[in-house]
Amino acid sequence: MSKLVITDLHVTVDTEDGPKEILKGVTLTINDGETHAIMGPNGSGKSTLAYSIAGHPKYTITGGTVTLDGQDVLSLSVDERARAGLFLAMQYPVEVPGVSVSNFLRTAKTALDGEAPKLRTWVKDVNAALEQLNLDPSFGTRSVNEGFSGGEKKRHEIAQLELLDPKVAVLDETDSGLDIDALKVVSEGVNRFRAREGKGVLLITHYTRILRYIEPDFVHVFVDGKVAESGGKELAEQLEANGYDKYVKANA
Amino acid sequence: MTVTTDSVRSALEQDTIESHLNPVGSFDVADHPVPTGREEIWRFSPLKRLKGLHADAPFDRSTTSCTWNTPEGVRIEGVSGDEARSLRGISGLVPNTRFAARVLAEVPASLVVDVPADLEVAEPIVISLDGKDASTTEAGHVAMRFGAHSKAVVVINHEGSSAMAAVVEIVVGDGADVTVVSIQDWADDAVHLAHHQARVGRDATYKHAAVSFGGDVVRMDANVTYDGPGGSAELLGLYFADAGQHIEHRLFADHNAPHTKSNVVYKGALQGEGAHTVWIGNVLIRKVAEGIETYEENRNLVLTDGCRADSVPNLEIETGEIEGAGHASATARFDDEQLFYLQSRGVSEKEAQRLVVHGFFNDLIRQVGVPSIEDRLLTTVEAELAKNVLQDLAAFGRES
Repeated sequence: MSKLVITDLHVTVDTEDGPKEILKGVTLTINDGETHAIMGPNGSGKSTLAYSIAGHPKYTITGGTVTLDGQDVLSLSVDERARAGLFLAMQYPVEVPGVSVSNFLRTAKTALDGEAPKLRTWVKDVNAALEQLNLDPSFGTRSVNEGFSGGEKKRHEIAQLELLDPKVAVLDETDSGLDIDALKVVSEGVNRFRAREGKGVLLITHYTRILRYIEPDFVHVFVDGKVAESGGKELAEQLEANGYDKYVKANA
Repeated sequence: MTVTTDSVRSALEQDTIESHLNPVGSFDVADHPVPTGREEIWRFSPLKRLKGLHADAPFDRSTTSCTWNTPEGVRIEGVSGDEARSLRGISGLVPNTRFAARVLAEVPASLVVDVPADLEVAEPIVISLDGKDASTTEAGHVAMRFGAHSKAVVVINHEGSSAMAAVVEIVVGDGADVTVVSIQDWADDAVHLAHHQARVGRDATYKHAAVSFGGDVVRMDANVTYDGPGGSAELLGLYFADAGQHIEHRLFADHNAPHTKSNVVYKGALQGEGAHTVWIGNVLIRKVAEGIETYEENRNLVLTDGCRADSVPNLEIETGEIEGAGHASATARFDDEQLFYLQSRGVSEKEAQRLVVHGFFNDLIRQVGVPSIEDRLLTTVEAELAKNVLQDLAAFGRES
């Protein structure tokens, strides 16, 4: 089971001129096995939503609730949220010099499971996950995200998604900066994850392109810190044709 | 090449240009007044805690045991009298501190390490110094000579309690490949003033690694000059200062020959009230030193409040005809974004900090390139972390 419920979420970020409200009452429910796409113009607060769910210290929750299978997510620390079953694939994954990918993956898996993975199957799983994302096995000896190309960073995020196997994945602009081949490889990884029992996906994107490869159950248009309109995948097609103008103007 | 007035002048000037950061030395102790703390080269050091080693502490009694292994073909022994005297200054060292001048003038014996030409020593030569008493002051002189095209690794290991002034002179023969690692893993009350001076031969490769974990005060000068073109020096350092500790590393790469290289990488971590580290990286490119390459880097990771890291790179350039010269210095706390990234994968905050610190030192430990001490250095880093960063973990039991 995996049900992520976001109710009337308000979030501010500190600026030089004091706190600025970025999320202005987001309400969204991702049921067992559903994929939701959140689309919106730049600066609409899409990434803030992703980072707020994950617990980034930069953002202050001023109102609302987020629950995962009934558990209050907002009261948990960042690592506790991950252990509760949340995963954030980041738009800009962070370099951790001197920490190898294989050490990182093993440490994360151990933290999530509460025990070290069985060495033999784990090495096999890691190699398989890397290979499926067209990453060379030698990738494991490289420092986390250090010197990775943009595409390698994104593929590494999705390899983690498959290996760490959360309940709900939040993908923050995983498609940005990818060429079409890399986009396909990444999308296949996400689709393998979705094919597992009861996994939820919140896919945040600026473009409709990735939705050709990852078919959402619901599409939400995100404008000025909240959901402006929700619908099925046909909504993405309208956005493809008409852009965000209608929403931005209505808002202005 | 045609001889021009300029080239003649530069040849003449080579010995006369002096670096204002590295005043001309002297063997005569009387030329070195007792430092007051106002001198450029002493202003960072806590003189009051040096037990007089910088001034006139007696050097007559030793409580520190010294043992070593002797791989086949290598000569290591204590010498005295004329032979000891003949070894003073073999590295080209002309002391610029009172303590170094006193060690050369007053210490009756030297430990000599001779590696003959062409010998490749397979196992590391390990010299173990184990101090018994930091309330008496003492001094030592070590002279290492590596013959042409020889290859060797020497590890000097300092442990226990001691108040010691030491001069280590290293002569790297032409084409030799030499690594000298000095580990300061002293007890909390130790005081260590050290000067390591190396002369790197033509086309030789020299690596010096200073690893400082323990001691109340550790101050080490690691200097390099060249004895011909083509020499290469890598000066590495790793230090970890706890509450109240003063760890000071001073480097001087004196590019006095063309086409020489120096690469300096020092990394340190600090934790606890009053932890103080100092890194001074001096590079001088003399007029004659055309076509050289130098880079120096110091990075400090501040783990808690109440620490102080001083980091001063100095580059003096007398010629523009070089391949490259650069430096970098950075002192920072944990990167919140790194910790967030690791934590968002389920790793606890403490474990994330541990990973980041390990990562910070890992590359450097690999660069030291002595497999037999790699594990020990990693373990020591772990033990240092356990003192502070991981104490919550220890208190509350391992987080899952």
